[in-house]
Amino acid sequence: MENLTKNDELIIGDEGTLNAKMQRRSFLRYAGAGAAAMSVLAACKNNNDVTPSGNASIDVGSGDVGILNYAYALEQLEAAFYIQAVKGSGFASLSVQEQAYITDIRDHEVAHREFFKAALTAAAPTNIIPALTPDFSKVDFTTRAGILAQAKAFEDTGVSAYNGAGYLIVNPVYLVLAGKIVSVEARHAATIRDLLSYGSFSDSTVVSTSTGLETSRTPGQVLVIANAYLAAGSKISANSLPI
Amino acid sequence: MNIFSIIEELEKVDPELNDRFSPRRAAIKNITSFGSKVAVAALPFAFATLFKRAYGQAVGDIGNVNGVLNFALKLEYLEAAFYTQGVATTNLIAAADLASITVIRDHEKAHVALLQGALGAAAVPQSGQGVNGVYDFTTSFPTVFTNYDTFLAVANALEDTGVRAYKGQAPNLIGNPVLTTALNIHSVEARHAAHIRQIRQKRGGAAATLKPWISGSASVSNDTGIGAAVDGNYGAGVSGYPAENNTTQGGVNITTLAAVSGTTSITAAIEAFDEPLDYVSVFNLVKGFGVK
Repeated sequence: MENLTKNDELIIGDEGTLNAKMQRRSFLRYAGAGAAAMSVLAACKNNNDVTPSGNASIDVGSGDVGILNYAYALEQLEAAFYIQAVKGSGFASLSVQEQAYITDIRDHEVAHREFFKAALTAAAPTNIIPALTPDFSKVDFTTRAGILAQAKAFEDTGVSAYNGAGYLIVNPVYLVLAGKIVSVEARHAATIRDLLSYGSFSDSTVVSTSTGLETSRTPGQVLVIANAYLAAGSKISANSLPI
Repeated sequence: MNIFSIIEELEKVDPELNDRFSPRRAAIKNITSFGSKVAVAALPFAFATLFKRAYGQAVGDIGNVNGVLNFALKLEYLEAAFYTQGVATTNLIAAADLASITVIRDHEKAHVALLQGALGAAAVPQSGQGVNGVYDFTTSFPTVFTNYDTFLAVANALEDTGVRAYKGQAPNLIGNPVLTTALNIHSVEARHAAHIRQIRQKRGGAAATLKPWISGSASVSNDTGIGAAVDGNYGAGVSGYPAENNTTQGGVNITTLAAVSGTTSITAAIEAFDEPLDYVSVFNLVKGFGVK
């Protein structure tokens, strides 16, 4: 990958080289070589995964099914978090309004989880990822601050994940469904943020002040975050999706 | 951004992509020369121009990618003008909310600048909107700039409608890098909507039970407490999009799915999914303000 990146920089960085020397044939050869290199890298990753030292044991797969599995994994994590948050000792320290919000959000995330489960079972019954086991040992469920801080992290990550993966979706029906969910996640994120710090619903840590655009994340960036909350044996990889 | 990885990805789904660029060298040269002229933030839109040229296809009911972007620009003009006037109106916005409403205004202005920059000469000028660029908010809502609750209700409707509008256009941008930019605006509008709804909830009155997410029931497609003037924002679209109280997603009846206990309530099924809206329906909602 390092070599590939360097080649990209070389070609993009030197416009003269690009325009003078880059005939169509060499361009195609370059593209082909790049694709081949990516395949080799993907194969290496897959090999790594089956070794005992591999971190991720469940791959989401490729194409639209891969994206749906990716979303299903994130919704499983969010649903598990809110279910535990409502049961946890810190829940009572939330205001009545806050408890209502967290309970609503829990129900939304469970609905998202079950929706993806149903959709994947119908579309790709042999490729659906299994139920994941979360690891919330680092999460503080005993205080209001602990619950809300973790909720904020999950919601902001969820929005950035959907935004960053949308362009990979081929089927317009799936794209619209993802769009129907991501705006609800954004409403959750804004709400939790306002509970923690009123007025921070779309502050500069998630929305660029100069462009007004939300910051999106690639599957690779998201999985580093998500895997920290998944138990060994339930960690996710996305070897066939762009990192 | 890695230009070549994008082209590679597109080649996987469209083996003839390279043949669509014509003449090829000029097209590739175009990428680099375009990159030097436009702001980094607008780069995805620059690619949109290139890909639009490559595919040259009509997009949905708006004509092409520029049509989608100009539609978005018209909505952002409207929102920016609305918040600019609101923030500038003395004693309208509660002191505690002035900072956050100003943040929203600045986001809408940034969206305008982003879309204008991307469209370049193809951008619809704001001077052509309303009457010489001035919108009419008060014919529909006479107290919008004198009564804070009315102002918030209209803001609520504009934001929720914006979310629906961007969502409705997403399929028209599929396979195009500009989609990511549109999605990154879409979620910001949803954050705005949630915040405005929270302000309204805190103020009580007709909005005392309002939630940050769009709720409803089998017979009520909206929970705004505003009335008929904006009920249409949450209703079904003329092009077959369902109302906001839709409970069937991708052929799955959400109310039959397992919940924490029993099956999913109709309330949760409605709230968990926002709904898109088509161009014509959105336009019909905002043309009263002078959007053309």
